[in-house]
Amino acid sequence: MTNELQSLAAIIEESIGDAITNVIYSTDELTIEFKREDTIRVCETLHDDTRLSFEQLIDVCGVDYLSYGEESPRDLKRPARFAVVYHLLSIKHNRRLRLRTYLDDDFPLVSSVIDVWNSADWYEREAFDMFGIIFEGHPDLRRILTDYGFIGHPFRKDFPLIGHVEMRYDTEQKRVVYQPVSIEPRILVPRVIREEGFGGRDS
Amino acid sequence: MAEIHNYTLNFGPQHPAAHGVLRLVLEMDGEVIERADPHIGLLHRATEKLAESKPYNQSIGYMDRLDYVSMMCNEHSYVMAMEKLLGVEVPLRAQYIRVMFDEITRILNHLLWLGAHALDVGAMTVFLYAFREREDLMDCYEAVSGARLHATYYRVGGVYRDLPKAMPQYKASKWHSKRDVERLNSNRSGTLLDFIEDFTRRFPSCVDEYENLLTDNRIWKQRTVNIAVVTPERAWQLGLTGPMLRGSGVEWDLRKKQPYEVYDKMDFDIPVGVTGDCYDRYLVRIEEMRQSNRIIRQCIKWLRRNPGPVIVEDHKIAPPNRVDMKGDMESLIHHFKLCTEGFCIPAGEAYAAVEHPKGEFGIYLVSDGANKPYRLKIRAPGFAHLSALNEMVRGHMLADVVAVMGTLDIVFGEIDR
Repeated sequence: MTNELQSLAAIIEESIGDAITNVIYSTDELTIEFKREDTIRVCETLHDDTRLSFEQLIDVCGVDYLSYGEESPRDLKRPARFAVVYHLLSIKHNRRLRLRTYLDDDFPLVSSVIDVWNSADWYEREAFDMFGIIFEGHPDLRRILTDYGFIGHPFRKDFPLIGHVEMRYDTEQKRVVYQPVSIEPRILVPRVIREEGFGGRDS
Repeated sequence: MAEIHNYTLNFGPQHPAAHGVLRLVLEMDGEVIERADPHIGLLHRATEKLAESKPYNQSIGYMDRLDYVSMMCNEHSYVMAMEKLLGVEVPLRAQYIRVMFDEITRILNHLLWLGAHALDVGAMTVFLYAFREREDLMDCYEAVSGARLHATYYRVGGVYRDLPKAMPQYKASKWHSKRDVERLNSNRSGTLLDFIEDFTRRFPSCVDEYENLLTDNRIWKQRTVNIAVVTPERAWQLGLTGPMLRGSGVEWDLRKKQPYEVYDKMDFDIPVGVTGDCYDRYLVRIEEMRQSNRIIRQCIKWLRRNPGPVIVEDHKIAPPNRVDMKGDMESLIHHFKLCTEGFCIPAGEAYAAVEHPKGEFGIYLVSDGANKPYRLKIRAPGFAHLSALNEMVRGHMLADVVAVMGTLDIVFGEIDR
């Protein structure tokens, strides 16, 4: 943990400490976890406070922690299934910050930060499309990457890799039709977790 | 009959200026654009989900296919994210090779952008000139990795192999006479480094040629000056990065501000624009090509004098030498394990960003300790840039949409992922 990250964390603690649930340092990066209800206040402070001034929202992404750490010998349990992760960049101070907030399992809802950073527009649409996360206050929350009329949220862990439907051209009906997938799911390389220190690696 | 003023125009997805598969729905008032609604996702392949089902090292090839005109920079960001979590130190020579190929890639990308942008706006010749130089650079890709586009050259802990000692040669055929072949092979007699050095000697005058055609060209200026002006404040609000941000006058370049690999040892300048219009972004990218050329020359100088390993010796993450594998039992086992199972990355998360030719390309990696990523998020610069299109074209004429799309430098491989 470098001094700079420490001082950044101290400033954040001081200004919005009551909204913060967790501060994590890893691989020279700082992650702040905050309460979902305080999204707008946290983001506005991070954007407006001149000691922080995170002018740019680099990325917004959804994460589905459904099976996270299930196979791992370590305890990696997460407080909730869905999370939204924001990556911020301060051009003025040349700093990065990661924010994370956990959402309700059955109705993942979070306030949109589009008024704080306009670039959130498409990123939030993408997270909605892929994970079904609802961004409250987003003016135009449509699907963005999937097909017109697509059903489901493909990046959720319970959505199969092969999908549910496939598309083909039907010569009799003379149009494109959807039908249930005909391929079988297959795993070429199984997922394994090796114990720590496996093969002499200390990582 | 009533006169119709407002109407909707469908642009693409099969339009030559749509740079791939963009469908734009334009709401127009006469010839002026009121709103542009890009419909993307026609090239969506769910790369992020596919990567979750494959061992880490098997997804490097997918990264090439994101932004398919700057292949190695995508790989770079991906391997950097893994190295960050693994805590691997890359050998110095590999770092120089990566920087050199990143800059070669930058020139490759900017040449395609320049050619396509000029072609969209109506200048044919630049496209042909740009592809002439791209040919040489793709030969470098081929010499080092065997593939002209999708290289899969960067690996965790270094690069796949050292720079080759010889360049592939042209052979006489029905289409090439002996004299032709001699001319074509004249700069291929030495090593790859000789070939690249020869290129860097020629390249500045090639850039002069493009500039001769465009920089003071009256039509070019009419089409680009004061088109899609973006102020610095709007630029970071809209999430613009890379040349798009620098075109608006913000001096921000990850290679300088958050240097990775050996960029801190390189001597180069960051060009910035003044007004933030299409013309400024053109000038910025042209100057970037000259600066990349400078960086490549510095890398060549260092690489000539400093032989050494190009990938880590740790055979748990990097495959052993092929020759060793034939006789040494342990090497064979390492190779077998790497190919059938891959390597595990400790649980945690990391974000690694590189200064990609188009902007900030980042990989956010979440690992639960397995041999496959738990979640991989690709931060593609083009995605943010295209989302700014609506604001950039509003109030401009229909013909300017094409100029703005040119200046955005969009490639659908990375936007749709």
